[in-house]
Amino acid sequence: MSTLSDPPEGSFRLSMLLNDTRYRSLTLQAVAAIALALALYYLYSNLAANLRAAGLNISFSFLGSSAGYDINQTLIDYNSQSSNFKAAIVGILNTLLVAILACITATILGVFAGVLRLSNNWLVRKLMAGYVEIFRNIPVLIWIIIIFTILTAVMPGARAYLGEEPERGLIGGIFAFTNRGVYMPAPFFTNGFGGGEGSGLNWLMLIAVLVASFFGARAVTQSANRKQEATGVRPNTLLINLAIWLLPLVIFSLIFGLSWDMPDPLANRFNLQGGIQIGAPLIALWFALSIYTGAFIAENVRAGIQAVSNGQTEAAAALGLRPNRVMSLVVLPQALRVIIPPLISQYLNITKNSSLAIAVGYADITATLGGITLNQTGRAIECVLLLMLFYLVISLSISAVMNVYNNSMKLKER
Amino acid sequence: MSDTHEHSIAFVRTTEIAQQPAPLNAAGPVKWMRDNLFATWANALLTVAAAYVLFLLISSTLPWIWGGLWTTSSLSECREILQGQSAACFSVLTERWNQLLFGFKYPAEFYWRPTVALVLMFFALAPVLFFDLPRKLLIITALFPFAAYWLIWGGTIWTPLFAMLGFVVGYFVYARYVSNNFALGFFGGVAAAIVTWYLSGFIVGAIAPSQPLLAAVPSRDLGGFMLNLMLGLTCVSLSIPLGIALALGRQSSMPLIKWVCVIFIEFIRGVPLITLLFVASVMLAYFFPPEATVDLFLRVVIMITMFSAAYIAEVIRGGLAALPKGQYEAADSLGLDYAQAMRLIILPQALKISIPGIVNIAVGLFKDTTLVSVISMFDLVGMIRGPILASTDWNGVYWELLGFAAVLFFIVCYGISQYSQWLERRLATDHR
Repeated sequence: MSTLSDPPEGSFRLSMLLNDTRYRSLTLQAVAAIALALALYYLYSNLAANLRAAGLNISFSFLGSSAGYDINQTLIDYNSQSSNFKAAIVGILNTLLVAILACITATILGVFAGVLRLSNNWLVRKLMAGYVEIFRNIPVLIWIIIIFTILTAVMPGARAYLGEEPERGLIGGIFAFTNRGVYMPAPFFTNGFGGGEGSGLNWLMLIAVLVASFFGARAVTQSANRKQEATGVRPNTLLINLAIWLLPLVIFSLIFGLSWDMPDPLANRFNLQGGIQIGAPLIALWFALSIYTGAFIAENVRAGIQAVSNGQTEAAAALGLRPNRVMSLVVLPQALRVIIPPLISQYLNITKNSSLAIAVGYADITATLGGITLNQTGRAIECVLLLMLFYLVISLSISAVMNVYNNSMKLKER
Repeated sequence: MSDTHEHSIAFVRTTEIAQQPAPLNAAGPVKWMRDNLFATWANALLTVAAAYVLFLLISSTLPWIWGGLWTTSSLSECREILQGQSAACFSVLTERWNQLLFGFKYPAEFYWRPTVALVLMFFALAPVLFFDLPRKLLIITALFPFAAYWLIWGGTIWTPLFAMLGFVVGYFVYARYVSNNFALGFFGGVAAAIVTWYLSGFIVGAIAPSQPLLAAVPSRDLGGFMLNLMLGLTCVSLSIPLGIALALGRQSSMPLIKWVCVIFIEFIRGVPLITLLFVASVMLAYFFPPEATVDLFLRVVIMITMFSAAYIAEVIRGGLAALPKGQYEAADSLGLDYAQAMRLIILPQALKISIPGIVNIAVGLFKDTTLVSVISMFDLVGMIRGPILASTDWNGVYWELLGFAAVLFFIVCYGISQYSQWLERRLATDHR
């Protein structure tokens, strides 16, 4: 590049804009910028003309007005008088709920199936290969519908559990599986924090206690590690850890009067009352996403394990480690480096696929903001834009976390 | 040999013993079972558990499938014949076969048209998928889109003919000028094609017969598995060129072009397909001129194409990044300009690396075409959930219908993924 000298003054000709590599990229970008601006202006003028013709305008004030519809499954207080904004928040929380639940179970299932696909048991290997192929090659929408149909068409109605002498007893005395979902006991606190009834503050306190226990347990483990490194003998931390986890919980529950709200077969003639109801749509979506994505994760896990060279396994075996310790101490930690990036993108897929909730009537953000609110207010552009914004924020933050993690996990060679 | 042992050893065998079969537990099925099924007691336990699961699955589904009825006219008739026995009522498939494949509005007397298009599709795809076939077959591939359009939508034959003419004119202009300058040839070709299409709009309007050979079918009448196949094939084939352009744009050294591509790709990949379909169904119409009516099928094709183009662009970017830097430098040192370097050196290699990834995207996209049922298009899933399950005759035949849809998708997707693995082995030129 050093051979290129500045062009002599005054020798600039217009044709150099196209023929001279120094200016060509500027010309091309200018052309592209003009084309882009024209295209955007064209779209915008069409939009403006269409909106004028339809007598509409872009306004987000509908978010403040009353939603006017009920939602079955909510994590926060909500009723039909609440605003559209609150309905959207309920939807966001529901999306996050099903996404997190499905991520956890899909990971467990995927790791399990991925490891078993490499088992030396022929039958198990083939069974897992069958699972992966069947679930990967059938659309997730069909799986969601199939599982939802199993739940609603095969499970008994709530009526079967009602009355003095029901057809079916509650399972274990506390669970009821019906075609509307699973009923189970709901914990609540009788004494509020600072007097009165129990409230959300109690739950925050409980989380604080659990976090404190976590750090306590970690401190114990670290001190045990130090002692082991210094003396070679590892002190038994099982009892201390158990105590650290359980004692504060028990004391907390006793002070604030933890109690359980049971599903009651006698309270109502038409439906089970009391307890928490986990609706069939949530269960169907959760299961379908877990099983479907689990098949993909299984493939990632298998590829990750196979990426660890055979010499590592053999070296570990030569050191006298047993097969399961070879797996947990040598192979999996190295395989994780390969597994984690595609795993995170599977988590992203779960979050995005949870938008299929609309097919089974689970009130996630797509069903509330993009479904009922959109249809009732007719604010199509605003709703769809907000919906995209939400998913975009989630995706971008997950990929930001992933980049940080990747950088920290990268092999630091030189 | 025999001399040395003649006196020291009483007997030396001079002939070889015939080979003995291996002991029963060291070869054959017994050995295989010991190694692969019952190596340890834990393994044996696993085998028994797996066999039990398999038994449960087979014993519950096989009699149900075997005893299935194929010829009744409604679910209640099925139940009457079965009298409480558990067996499938496959007659819904035979009775609603055409609806499952073509949707419930496509005129029955024209079913042969999409069928012919499907058969043509196999001939058109064959030379693309299998390189050993004679290259002349690519002519069928080039003609297929126009033939399929004419067969499925019907209407005057002049529309596809003039569309094809546009491409031909564009190609000739491109071929005439590409030797001078790629950009001139490319943009000249595009401009010539657009001019041809613009002019032919008037010509077709003037000469179109009022009674065309094939009666026109509006796109809202399309449905069933045909719709899934059409969406999948159209969107994948349209999104590959777009994806290549986006991937090259993302690698570009020009900041404006690079950032437009990055924003487009990351935006599309960050949102679920269903929100893009919402855009197609409720929002996109606002961005067209007020007097234009763009039908839903076209709007959905636009959005799905953008969706898969973003994913394909990322796959191709991976392929471009996997090429050694020496390839780019070698192209530069030969004095090739950007277009030549890409066309002749970089893209052929990068695309070859990206083929398995592109096929994966294609499989995923084909599965995702079922999502159009959410915006009330009647594809296979939409037909099942809508008109068929809602009809009084077949209300409640879930398993047969959903199972049929699952099997259909499985066959296609598994077939494609097997093809992709074959192709990967076929294209592997590295030495191992």
